[in-house]
Amino acid sequence: MSGPTATAAVVAAGRRARRFRRRLVIGVLIALIAAVFAVGLMVGNTFYPPADVIGVILGHDVPGASFTVGRLRLPRGVLALLVGLCFGLGGVAFQTMLRNPLASPDIIGISMGASTAAAFAIVVLGLGASQVSAFAIVAGLGIALLIYLLSFKGGVAGTRLILIGIGVAAMLTSITDYILDGAAQWDLQEALRWLTGSLNSASWPQVIPVLAALVVLGPVLLSRSRDLATTQLGDDAAAALGVRLGPTRLVVIVAAVGLVSFATAATGPIAFVAFLAGPIAARLIGHGGSLLVPAALVGALLVLVADVVAQHLLPVRYPVGVVTGILGAPYLLYLIVRTHRAGASL
Amino acid sequence: MTSTTDSLTSGAAAVRRPRRVRALGLAGITAVVLLLVWLSVTVGSREVGWDAVVAAFGGSTEGFDVAAVAKRIPRTVLALAAGAALGVSGAVMQGITRNPLADPGILGINMGASLAVVSGLAFFGLASATSYIWVAIAGAAVTALFVYAVGSLGRGGATPLKLALAGAATTAALASFITAVALPRGDIADTVRSWQVGGVGGGDWASLAQVAPFLVVGTLICFATARALNTLALGDELAAGLGERVAVARGVAALGAVVLCGASTAITGPIGFVGLVVPHACRLIVGVDHRWLLPFSALTGAALLTAADVVGRIVARPAEIDVGIITALVGAPFFIAIVRRQKVRAL
Repeated sequence: MSGPTATAAVVAAGRRARRFRRRLVIGVLIALIAAVFAVGLMVGNTFYPPADVIGVILGHDVPGASFTVGRLRLPRGVLALLVGLCFGLGGVAFQTMLRNPLASPDIIGISMGASTAAAFAIVVLGLGASQVSAFAIVAGLGIALLIYLLSFKGGVAGTRLILIGIGVAAMLTSITDYILDGAAQWDLQEALRWLTGSLNSASWPQVIPVLAALVVLGPVLLSRSRDLATTQLGDDAAAALGVRLGPTRLVVIVAAVGLVSFATAATGPIAFVAFLAGPIAARLIGHGGSLLVPAALVGALLVLVADVVAQHLLPVRYPVGVVTGILGAPYLLYLIVRTHRAGASL
Repeated sequence: MTSTTDSLTSGAAAVRRPRRVRALGLAGITAVVLLLVWLSVTVGSREVGWDAVVAAFGGSTEGFDVAAVAKRIPRTVLALAAGAALGVSGAVMQGITRNPLADPGILGINMGASLAVVSGLAFFGLASATSYIWVAIAGAAVTALFVYAVGSLGRGGATPLKLALAGAATTAALASFITAVALPRGDIADTVRSWQVGGVGGGDWASLAQVAPFLVVGTLICFATARALNTLALGDELAAGLGERVAVARGVAALGAVVLCGASTAITGPIGFVGLVVPHACRLIVGVDHRWLLPFSALTGAALLTAADVVGRIVARPAEIDVGIITALVGAPFFIAIVRRQKVRAL
């Protein structure tokens, strides 16, 4: 009978459907990102038509638009895009590796560590963008190591790691508070940037380190996407399938922490983007395939949309982190409730 | 089986802590509180001597030293009162939820009180300290109910992880809302920021007098439920079997705890971790009997917050570090230690 062939046909059809869905989702996400990015460039106190915006991007001198779009809106949009990609990638890498949606860098304190270091480097030491990034990544890695060591007790349990991360994050927040409180030039916008994340001080020099991090660390992370997907089956199964767990983990942690830290050094820890991007991408993609690219795109879209909302749809220009914070918290609560209903070991 | 028996025996030992140990502990903590009060009125950007203190307590305000002490007395009283309130509130919350990580700060309840006060300032032009306090208590109550409801949905009940996460998520959302409310209003934004970090520096007799009735009532409610809390510790079924009206007892105790943390937050801003650290430290000395634990937590909380205030004044002289920052720096490692001590299954 045609049993095996029929089964093979079903499997193949399923694969095709999944591949199609994945491509469709990625295509739609990219289109949405481009649209929101374009809106962000055109809309503001003064509206500039697409022709003017394109002129500025091509390097022409357009009166008015050259400054407003070229110096203010373009770096802001590019930075939003890049940090969104970084947070999305870093977040989903952590969530996948630790097999827990709650284990994202912004919940377990890694973003806050990078933010504290960046605030210290800028407010107390008065350093420039690249040194600030270096500070942030060292602190991010240090905090990641600290949380790992603190939660190690004959193996690292996910729940312990998350709770300890929450404790560490609380402590870091109060250190950031102190750094900002002690700053001679007291500035509320600056404080908000390091506590909730803000794009209000975006400029070209901040874009460069984030772009460099994405170009270098993004491919490193993507090269591990197959191993990362396999580790979701469990450590033992992954090892049996030929994944070298130690090196994979090390590479993934360093790359993910690097991405999150560089992004945080530029904009502060934009609340919940790293946490939200992965689960949303998983919902969109369905089963199968790596979540890295879709999650990165979702992260970018989240930051861009939240920034447009924060700037234009609300009566006051809020920092972007306030909007993502208000969006993200209900989802976290939903996750807490739902995970337990399903009987998972939260 | 063996482990159950072991834990039962050790539990019984912890309950029946010898009277001598408790009496010694009581004397010790009282001495510590008195010492800290002395430090708190004499230490600061200006050191003062014995005569200045005596003069200030006599009501005089002549001379810089005496004036400094006169300003430090209400501040010290506020630190003592707020610390005691937070300590008792934390002990009661841990008792009600049977959760070692319960704390008004971690569960987001202080943030709820903050958002209520900030909204009141922004939208309703709250002016009097009394209206602050009512609004803060209402905000604390709503947040407590919400976090507890979210944390206890599902079959597992309110596990420490779920409660802590629900608290963290609520805190993040409330912090965003506070920023959203305060940011557009430049006139109150700075007030809100400095109040949010948590401080006792602004303590004065007028606001203390306003908050005192609330603290007294809250403390009495909490102390009255001490015996019920002991019964609740046995588990809901057993407590009900022993004739305790579980829901009522829990509700009354929660009311007391919310009044205490709401009222103290109204005056000092949100201060985290005092309610977490204090009951754990006290259980080591007096055991788990709430009739001893609650008064001890009050004294230890008062000592901790006063100590944090004194340290905050000394380390960054002549500037000051807000107590909320100090308590978080001390409390977070403690939180981590508690998490590490728990068995993973229990989480």
